[in-house]
Amino acid sequence: MTITRRVARLASVLCLAFLAPLAARAELVIEITQGVDDPTPIAIVPFAGTGAIPEDIAGVVQGDLARSGQFDPVDRGDMLSLPSSEAEIFYRDWRAIGTEYLLIGRASAAEELRIDYALYDVNRQREVTTGTVTGPVNEARMLAHRVSDAIYERLTGIPGAFATRLLYVSVTRNPGGKDYYRLTLADSDGARPIVLLESREPVMAPTWAPDASQVAYVSFETGRPAIFRQDLRTGAREQLTNFKGLNSSPAWSPDGNTLALVLSKDGSPDIYLLDLASKRLTRITRHYAIDTEPTWMPDGKSLLFTSDRGGRPQIYRYNLQSGITDRVTFEGVYNARARVAQDGRNVALVHQREGQFHIAIHDLVTERLHVLTSTDLDESPSIAPNGSMVLYATKLGDRGILSAVSVDGGVKFRLPARSGDVREPAWSPYISP
Amino acid sequence: MNHLPVAGKVLTLLFTAAFLVACSGSGSKEDEAAAEAARQAEIAAAEAAREAERQAAEAAAAEQRELEQAAMAAGTVFYFDFDSSVLKPEAQQALDAHIALLKTTDESVRLEGHTDERGTRDYNMALGERRANAVRDYMVVNGIASYRIETISYGEEKPVAYGSGEANWSQNRRVELVK
Repeated sequence: MTITRRVARLASVLCLAFLAPLAARAELVIEITQGVDDPTPIAIVPFAGTGAIPEDIAGVVQGDLARSGQFDPVDRGDMLSLPSSEAEIFYRDWRAIGTEYLLIGRASAAEELRIDYALYDVNRQREVTTGTVTGPVNEARMLAHRVSDAIYERLTGIPGAFATRLLYVSVTRNPGGKDYYRLTLADSDGARPIVLLESREPVMAPTWAPDASQVAYVSFETGRPAIFRQDLRTGAREQLTNFKGLNSSPAWSPDGNTLALVLSKDGSPDIYLLDLASKRLTRITRHYAIDTEPTWMPDGKSLLFTSDRGGRPQIYRYNLQSGITDRVTFEGVYNARARVAQDGRNVALVHQREGQFHIAIHDLVTERLHVLTSTDLDESPSIAPNGSMVLYATKLGDRGILSAVSVDGGVKFRLPARSGDVREPAWSPYISP
Repeated sequence: MNHLPVAGKVLTLLFTAAFLVACSGSGSKEDEAAAEAARQAEIAAAEAAREAERQAAEAAAAEQRELEQAAMAAGTVFYFDFDSSVLKPEAQQALDAHIALLKTTDESVRLEGHTDERGTRDYNMALGERRANAVRDYMVVNGIASYRIETISYGEEKPVAYGSGEANWSQNRRVELVK
């Protein structure tokens, strides 16, 4: 490896954290492929607006609720009236088109954006809930997602996870030329993509800090794999590891102080903990087998990881207090890359069955595994912070795409990119307003 | 062979010089003839040594070319079975050719481990490293110093065949030797 090659590699990496979204147009397109059998009809009336409202607020909410698979939004063309206050509601108009709920609202943009909304039960002819969200005008979409979160929680009892963001890696293969790897940050519906890093060398394993203020990932920009972290507010970037061999699978502890990661500097791949303040490194597995893909239990007291110490990859659990490791999965010959839901019970993982790789949920309480997907080459599951959906990567034809499935398998949607391959989605934690 | 005419000319010149000295009539003719013969013998011996050295160098160069050709013919990509890092016999044979060549130089090599797209990405990173290490270990056991070998895994990130199916996957499960 010559120095000029290294310099060329460094120069090929662009940090774009400060750039505004490159295009208003989303890179990902959403296609709902399966919803629940009997979705709830809801009418979301275009919100009245004063001042320059940069987004169609009701349109964003409608997209969110439709994507959940649990709602069947009424087409705007079928609406007989467009009320924006309770006084303007004629319930018979809404009963006539068979809707159960009605959401109306108004937005006003001045120094900041204010959105007032109200949800009505059409059959009972009464108000269900009202609310207000406020924030910067340029965060209109995020504010609309907060309205969706409130409506979803009121009607399903589960907090919404629409006001969240995604990280994903995309690759553009250039025939005869060099490939481009990009790490992108987007809203949970794929809108407002921002390229955080662009490189000619692989970018892998993006992951979130628990407060969603930072991300960590693996980049080969130096010619070798190294773990970096990047602050999403300041754009500040720090190289955390530069060891001989593997530097992979960063996973933030729930308290935000420690990064679990995989190094092979001492021989075979093992799990280490990196104290982010002191930079002190502690090795926690010692086995000649492959130990990789660590992920934290929500209580921070133990880690799940993949190991082939039994001959084939299976999920194991390491208890940080006792130092004891026990095997978690036994069904099938390949279970890997676990991600645990916030309930500490549902574990999404990659499961091989009859030669194909699917996304499955392993229930830590019943110790049963159920397969959620029927496509092949499914990988990199990431669970929404409300535990409702699993986002993962799969293939459609020869193209890598993102897909999502509800944890009960009932709802499915796809997020193919307009071009190139997309992979390694990471769903953010809740983002505080 | 193109050295000989030059040597012939040198000898002719030396003879001419010896003849002129002999004709000058000073000193014993027998002594001069003996000295001349000794000088000629010395020149012939030096010439023979040079020739032997040249032939040895030529043979070494030919052998080196043969090693290089064998290594080139062996290829620089070694293939593996699914989820396996066991070197196949054909990979060992190919590596033997590279090892033989590396023993004649002090070059360093880089071994890049790769996997197919099946299975998880980070597990495949580890598997790619295991494959690169298997090749490294074979080279070290067969006499190449470990400091001359750098290993890196790209997992499934850099396929050579982009499609799915065994025909593509088998091309991607590989270690590449890069100089």
